Amino acid sequence: MYKLKLVPDNTNIPFLKFRMMAFVLSGLLILGSAIMFFSVGLNKGIDFEGGILIEIGVETPPELSDMRTSLGGLELGQVALQTFGSDTEILIRVQRQEGDASAQEEAVNVIKQQLASDYGESISYRRVEFVGPTVSEELVIAATEAVIVAVLAMLVYIWLRFEWHYSVGAVIALVHDVVLTIGMFSVTGIEFNLASVAAILTIVGYSINDTVVVYDRIRENFRRYKKLTVEDLINLSINETLTRTTMTSLTTLLALLALYIFGGEVIRGFATAMIFGVVVGTYSSIFVAAPILLHIGLTHQKDEEDGFQGAERTDDNAEEKS
Amino acid sequence: MNRFPMWKIIVVAIVCAFGIIYTLPNFVSKSSLSGLPDWMPSKQLNLGLDLQGGSHLLLQVDAAAVKTKMMDSLVDGVRDSLRQQGDNVGYRDLVHDGTAVSFTLRDPADEDKARERLSSLSNIMANGQRDVAIEVDGNGRVTLTPSEQAIIQRLSAAVDQSIEIVRRRVDETGVNEPTIQRQGTDRILVQLPGVDDPDRIKRLLGETAQLTFHLVDLTADVGAAGRVPPGSKRLPALEENGRNYIIKSRVMVSGENLEDAQATFQDGQPVVSIRFDGLGAKQFGRATTDNVGKPFAIVLDEKVVSAPRINEPILGGSAVISGGFNVAGAQDLALLLRAGALPAPLDILEERSVGPDLGADSIAAGEVAGIIGIIAVAVFMIASYGLFGLIANVALAMNIFLIMAVLSVLGATLTLPGIAGIVLTIGMAVDANVLIFERIREEIRVGKSPLNAVESGFSRAFTTIVDANVTTGIAAIILFVMGSGPVKGFAVTLLIGIICSMFTAIMLSRMLISFWMQRKRPKTLEI
Repeated sequence: MYKLKLVPDNTNIPFLKFRMMAFVLSGLLILGSAIMFFSVGLNKGIDFEGGILIEIGVETPPELSDMRTSLGGLELGQVALQTFGSDTEILIRVQRQEGDASAQEEAVNVIKQQLASDYGESISYRRVEFVGPTVSEELVIAATEAVIVAVLAMLVYIWLRFEWHYSVGAVIALVHDVVLTIGMFSVTGIEFNLASVAAILTIVGYSINDTVVVYDRIRENFRRYKKLTVEDLINLSINETLTRTTMTSLTTLLALLALYIFGGEVIRGFATAMIFGVVVGTYSSIFVAAPILLHIGLTHQKDEEDGFQGAERTDDNAEEKS
Repeated sequence: MNRFPMWKIIVVAIVCAFGIIYTLPNFVSKSSLSGLPDWMPSKQLNLGLDLQGGSHLLLQVDAAAVKTKMMDSLVDGVRDSLRQQGDNVGYRDLVHDGTAVSFTLRDPADEDKARERLSSLSNIMANGQRDVAIEVDGNGRVTLTPSEQAIIQRLSAAVDQSIEIVRRRVDETGVNEPTIQRQGTDRILVQLPGVDDPDRIKRLLGETAQLTFHLVDLTADVGAAGRVPPGSKRLPALEENGRNYIIKSRVMVSGENLEDAQATFQDGQPVVSIRFDGLGAKQFGRATTDNVGKPFAIVLDEKVVSAPRINEPILGGSAVISGGFNVAGAQDLALLLRAGALPAPLDILEERSVGPDLGADSIAAGEVAGIIGIIAVAVFMIASYGLFGLIANVALAMNIFLIMAVLSVLGATLTLPGIAGIVLTIGMAVDANVLIFERIREEIRVGKSPLNAVESGFSRAFTTIVDANVTTGIAAIILFVMGSGPVKGFAVTLLIGIICSMFTAIMLSRMLISFWMQRKRPKTLEI
């Protein structure tokens, strides 16, 4: 039976030869992301900005420009309209109203009245959300905390299971992925909301998963090949895990593509971020997390001196000789 | 490789049976589920508000109002205890500044007497401290300061009471299975499944509905320039552009003493008829007997509903509130009065309402995405690993059953992000199998026999699988702990997905492979 092989057996691609190129590329992308973040910023959804979001369904596609003029005349500040999935579904976003939460509520009523007088009773409200200023501020804090805590927890776990070089390398790769994903949100203008934070945390989980698989192999090879240089050893480990890395990325991407194409408009932003994150996470495991070990001083001696016995014992090396 | 141990086979079989049996109710309609015998599982996935439609409201109890009310009643308490018939303690300048109540004794020699009188206002709390500190300075100025702890307690009690009132009001509207719970110190989360236009409920929750009856102060000039005499206050009418009233601050009877309220008609006008409880009837009877011929004001949330004249003593404990209501208005007011008053106003901090159409669309889209995702991944796995790929797919299918079963049994809520989590799990679940299969391939390449290759492939991939999944699991747990609403739903499915996928990849697929190897005893391994 014919087997699909994405990566030939026994590859020996000199990934570490390209590491400087990769570091420069990653550095530039991080710099670009930071510049975008601080200049353009994020297209924050109401979760983080506060404000009003209304999704309506109508029977016949209305003229958006008419609706815009009509709602724009209500003196509620910025009103953004877009079709959402189809011509008859429209998303109305209104900036946060001055004042407390009740001001948001009043604005919702004003909009509903205006829409009712313009379009009659044929409008169905698919979604009405408003978030007051206090809540949105709290959500920003909670989201930032969540991402930081997650990254720190990974750092500690890998430190315990491997040793500090690995945990530093993994965290560098994680920060890399998170920063690039935020940069992607900034460049594309995809709405940044609570689901986006969930996407970032999942990317963190996915990327660390990928990195750990490579690290696991590096650790194993350190024990197996005492004479190989660190560079060759890391390179070998990347190559050995390359098939798995690509296979898993592809199956995950397949599922995410299905979500992107068929999952509906509400989930599309999430799927986009995840797709980007999987690609970046895979790249960073190979080109950032593994090569960087070389530069933070991972060596044979180091590994053998304070190699974590506890972690090694779980490996069953003895068994294969039977 | 040895025979797959019997106990493991039993464990796998039990878990798989659990997965299938507890997933099945989700494919049956609710009505036919109720016809099943009790011993059969009948729990279905709990759909989040974003999938079934409904309204989510985050309310906050107005802490400042609670505090003000506390101070007001402390002022009343001071007045009542100092002014006793025949034995007044003279005072002036009785005020509160929001944190403390103070007044000046007319005769500083009264200090001890005042202290004794006021001691009933200061109680010992559970922690041994007094809830109100009473201090007197050299000039006879007395200050009563409620402790921080007492204020917190009062606020907490107000939140509890508000939750109870909110629940009663929501129940009166007939919403099915509402969730009303406390969040943080002063917030109330209200979830109303199936309510896509929560305007009426929001209006109902927006009213404190404190009903009081007062005498109208006829001595004062109602005109804007007129001074309001002490002990009276100026209130606007409930109807827009209505006149102002000056009423006595003292409450004749309050809504707390209501037993029932119903919307009815009087002379063709919608009105609310109320009935007082025993104490209320007595108070109302006495007040109306003493004041025949004078008008009294019916005040709702600091607005005068109407101010009818007392034609005769009302002793039966029943009365009628008329105030130019429409039918819905009368019904809502009756509902509010029945449910009771909120101790303080509630602010709506956050609202998320999803119509049933959008929810249904999301479910449909999620199902399509899930099915197509599964098919794509399954085809890809078979193309890559042949028979082993097929086994991985069986594990994948089982994995999805297990996730659904666990979610159903836990009564966890499936949200739209939760569906995304399941679809994502589909992609990531095969990862463990990929790791194992790649290991087996490597072992074969170094010349191991099929049995040895499979054995060491599984055991050597094991630590990697654990490490890789624990890290993803950490991310999911943090999402669960720190996330809110739909994000929590996503975290739950992701976490359950990780655990289930480890089980199916390590136990189930290994069992299937070992069955196959025992039967075929292959000389070479096609993987």
